[in-house]
Amino acid sequence: MIAIIDYGMGNLRSVYKGFEKVGVKAAVVSDPSQVDQADGVVLPGVGAFADAMANLRAAGMVEVILQAIKEGKPFLGICLGQQLLFDASEEWGYTQGLGIFPGQVRRLPEGLKVPHMGWNQIEIARPDPLLDGIPDRSSFYFVHSYAVEPVDAEITLTLTEYGVHFASIVGKNKVYGIQFHPEKSSALGLKILENFGRVVKTC
Amino acid sequence: MLQKRVIPCLDVTGGRVVKGTNFINLRDAGDPVELAAFYDREGADELIFLDITASSDGRKTTLDMVYRTAGEVFIPYTVGGGIRSLEDIRAILSAGADKVTINTAAVQNPGLVAEAAGRFGSQCIVVAIDARQSGPESWEVYIHGGRTPTGIDAVGWARQVEALGAGEIMLTSMDRDGTKDGYDIPLTRAIVRALNIPVIASGGVGNLKHIAEGLTEGEADAALAASIFHFGEYSIKETKDYLRSIGVPVRI
Repeated sequence: MIAIIDYGMGNLRSVYKGFEKVGVKAAVVSDPSQVDQADGVVLPGVGAFADAMANLRAAGMVEVILQAIKEGKPFLGICLGQQLLFDASEEWGYTQGLGIFPGQVRRLPEGLKVPHMGWNQIEIARPDPLLDGIPDRSSFYFVHSYAVEPVDAEITLTLTEYGVHFASIVGKNKVYGIQFHPEKSSALGLKILENFGRVVKTC
Repeated sequence: MLQKRVIPCLDVTGGRVVKGTNFINLRDAGDPVELAAFYDREGADELIFLDITASSDGRKTTLDMVYRTAGEVFIPYTVGGGIRSLEDIRAILSAGADKVTINTAAVQNPGLVAEAAGRFGSQCIVVAIDARQSGPESWEVYIHGGRTPTGIDAVGWARQVEALGAGEIMLTSMDRDGTKDGYDIPLTRAIVRALNIPVIASGGVGNLKHIAEGLTEGEADAALAASIFHFGEYSIKETKDYLRSIGVPVRI
């Protein structure tokens, strides 16, 4: 079973429904012990980075997330959930993140419409089981104003161009972060959720 | 590269699609959820449900529809029509919608835009502007479904709601709506150039060339159309193939 963490940051119904559609067992959980028991963990999220960290702390989720990752459980951060995996964000000052991946979360460059909203393409930098059946240059649905800057270039699985090239999917040791919304990216987005389900199953 | 969006708009009332549909391959073409899932499969980039029901009973039916859509549709969808309060917005978003459009209520209480953006995030607050030409290069905002003039300048209003935190503008030309003469290109371009948030062009599409004009000359980020899709005159796929063939970046 995959635990989708509910910590008051956006609606998780579509993520849950996305897994259901591709036949992957998942549940929305708000109790840290349910994360402990899960085979895989999904951290979604829409909203402000600082609020999200505060809510995760208040919900007692930070420790169980770190523990799950330490145990090697497959982990998927979506949108803000990707950003939270990094050291810190410059959104509204400076806020520390979960620090799983070295790097910062920075505002998208000036001169373009922000948020970056709509369908944009991925360029595959490194093949991964998460990307099985996903053609290079496929389009996915993005809504964000900040993007991650990994220190370690090799965690970048895909890049996307919006004024700059940013890491749209990162991953290492079955810990993944996706900037776009697979649950809102039609058939190919659902394929990614299905692939994550397979990573969890074969783990 | 960020792609231009093609967005079918479904008018619904009492949980049913209002305008007739010509899809013989759907079990129930009047069911908005089934129609929405069809558009998702066809390659629509987003969907907008416009609830034209006024009664509170009707709103409950709409919430049920929004809730069911989340299980069948895996592209972003927006719900508009009759949204007046933070509570209305919260109910629609928690039923599964990605965004709401606010129109009349935003004009009557601009603070609602700021409060909604603060509470739920700019990305889910779309302000719908219905505008009618009032002079050379000037347009006036109308409310109540285009029936009531407000004396407010459309470009100034668009700037104001952007400053209040709107994440996107859905711009309908009341002069063109239903005419099939194409979008009001000068209006669309004027609003797009005044803002730094995405603009959805709406009102007047009769053929694929109109959609292309809205996205190129009109400079809009997204093109909304209703009847040409519902009556099966053009499929989403045909639309996108055409746009791509003339160099407009779209998701195929």
